[in-house]
Amino acid sequence: MMLTELTIAAAQGGLRRREFSAEELVGAHVAAIDRLNGRLNAFITVTSEQALDAARRADAILAGGGDAPALTGIPLGIKDLFCTDGVRTTAASRMLEDFVPPYESTVTANLLADGAVFVGKTNLDEFAMGSANITSAFGSVENPWKRAGDAETVLVPGGSSGGSAAAVAARLAMGATGTDTGGSIRQPASYCGIAGIKPTYGRCSRWGTIAFASSLDQAGPMARTVEDCAILLQSMAGFDTRDSTSVDIAVPDYRAACGRSLKGMKVGIPAEYRVAGMPAEIEAAWEQGIAWLRDAGCEIVEVSLPYTKYGLATYYIVAPAECSSNLARYDGVRFGRRVPGASLDELYEATRREGFGAEVRRRILMGTYVLSAGYYDAYYLRAQKVRNLIRKDFENAFQTVDVLLTPTAPSPAFAQGEKMDDPVQMYLNDVFTVPASMAGVPAMSVPAGLSQSGLPLGLQVIGRSFDEESVFAAASALERAAGFTHRPAVRAEVV
Amino acid sequence: MSLDPATVRRIARLARIGIDESDLPALQRELNGILGWIEQLNEVDIDNVEPMVGTGHAALRMREDVVTDGDAREAVLSNAPDAAGPYYTVPKVVE
Repeated sequence: MMLTELTIAAAQGGLRRREFSAEELVGAHVAAIDRLNGRLNAFITVTSEQALDAARRADAILAGGGDAPALTGIPLGIKDLFCTDGVRTTAASRMLEDFVPPYESTVTANLLADGAVFVGKTNLDEFAMGSANITSAFGSVENPWKRAGDAETVLVPGGSSGGSAAAVAARLAMGATGTDTGGSIRQPASYCGIAGIKPTYGRCSRWGTIAFASSLDQAGPMARTVEDCAILLQSMAGFDTRDSTSVDIAVPDYRAACGRSLKGMKVGIPAEYRVAGMPAEIEAAWEQGIAWLRDAGCEIVEVSLPYTKYGLATYYIVAPAECSSNLARYDGVRFGRRVPGASLDELYEATRREGFGAEVRRRILMGTYVLSAGYYDAYYLRAQKVRNLIRKDFENAFQTVDVLLTPTAPSPAFAQGEKMDDPVQMYLNDVFTVPASMAGVPAMSVPAGLSQSGLPLGLQVIGRSFDEESVFAAASALERAAGFTHRPAVRAEVV
Repeated sequence: MSLDPATVRRIARLARIGIDESDLPALQRELNGILGWIEQLNEVDIDNVEPMVGTGHAALRMREDVVTDGDAREAVLSNAPDAAGPYYTVPKVVE
């Protein structure tokens, strides 16, 4: 049996039936990391020893019979933006190169309490700012997929959770955590042919997750099936008094929602997502998804979200503004990198120049400008108002439909080196994912098929606030209809 | 609005990010590119629209005014780049 090919759901059963041990399961993934991480660079820090120790403890619990916690012995990758007690947490930045948190984030603490085993900290764009995982201070991540007939060209995994997406796609971990501020779970999931959900803002605690844009940041799971994402979110989600934006609302049974009938579900198709210049294959995948949901018993409804086209521009005011404020804490005094200076200001300026990469510096500068005296109203306040209009678009649509179906990204994975001359060209990758982030509503990407070049294409299901269940139900139906069994060229079992 | 080199310098100063004169042209070009692109928001009618400051689902919570954390000096200082005893250090700020 190829243990690295199993889903989390299948491994839960196999572990409990003692068909294989947690040590074997974790060991298979650790071996795959040893073999492939040098190439893919999906992990910044690999924690093989701790993982194998944890696996042996998991085996003792499983051997004891009784109820082992749901994720006992399941090997996961953790985006290196979640603070992990005693394990270096870098945010892929030189600024935090040697930062070892003395505490555990709520999301990872929840996973550990449910028995999960962490095999390492996954690579990302620096401070989660990027759409291609090319801004990491620890090097780019390679997408394990290859264009058909082209084994050479290195493709990006998407970003910012590119290491998580690549690790899960290449079978180096059964699932992974991601964070999504404007599409950082969904877009890399689409580029790497896996599933990933950004839950409702407030569903997962942000405590202990290194902040980028606090009104948008939301943690979520990435895995190879919708059901596996449901299993992971079940553990990650929940109210936390330590995050003032955490919402005190019961977490429903997400796994059960995956099997729900779609009879009578109304699916909205937003006209504004048919953007000019959308590649025909993206349009075709979308049409196919619409047909699949219709066949599953859904009623398809054309809807209009007129402020969609302002989503990206609004995002690139709001997110940098919050980023400039959040990243003010990296001052070279209390933690992180320090570059000496003759005066305190010189210390700050030298530390922040050397500690931050070009994209992070650019966003801090942009955010500082839009918040500065004389420009606040023209940029930041205006953007907050447009954001409200974008949210109302969704509220209006959800008066008549239960979920929305759109493409996840305007293209399949592109090559390293493409789209890199102009920041705005890079930002356009997030055109379909940013609006749901602005509104705070849950959204999931699920693999729908392959492009003509043989690369995965994802479809996005967007739901009402706190109705992840309908999202899981619709995404599961798409997954069943798509029967996506394609696997990337670079993966654990390919020697 | 278009940023001139002096404005870029001023923003960098506000953000406490050191920049070299040689960085200025590229930064100016990139920031102006982004600003030009977000100017499209000027066409949106925002009269009588409230600013959105959050998704509004979380209510501010009251709790007992008691200590819930603390006594963690070593942990707090464990990542300080240049701690001296129980203190952070900075360059001399008072002459």
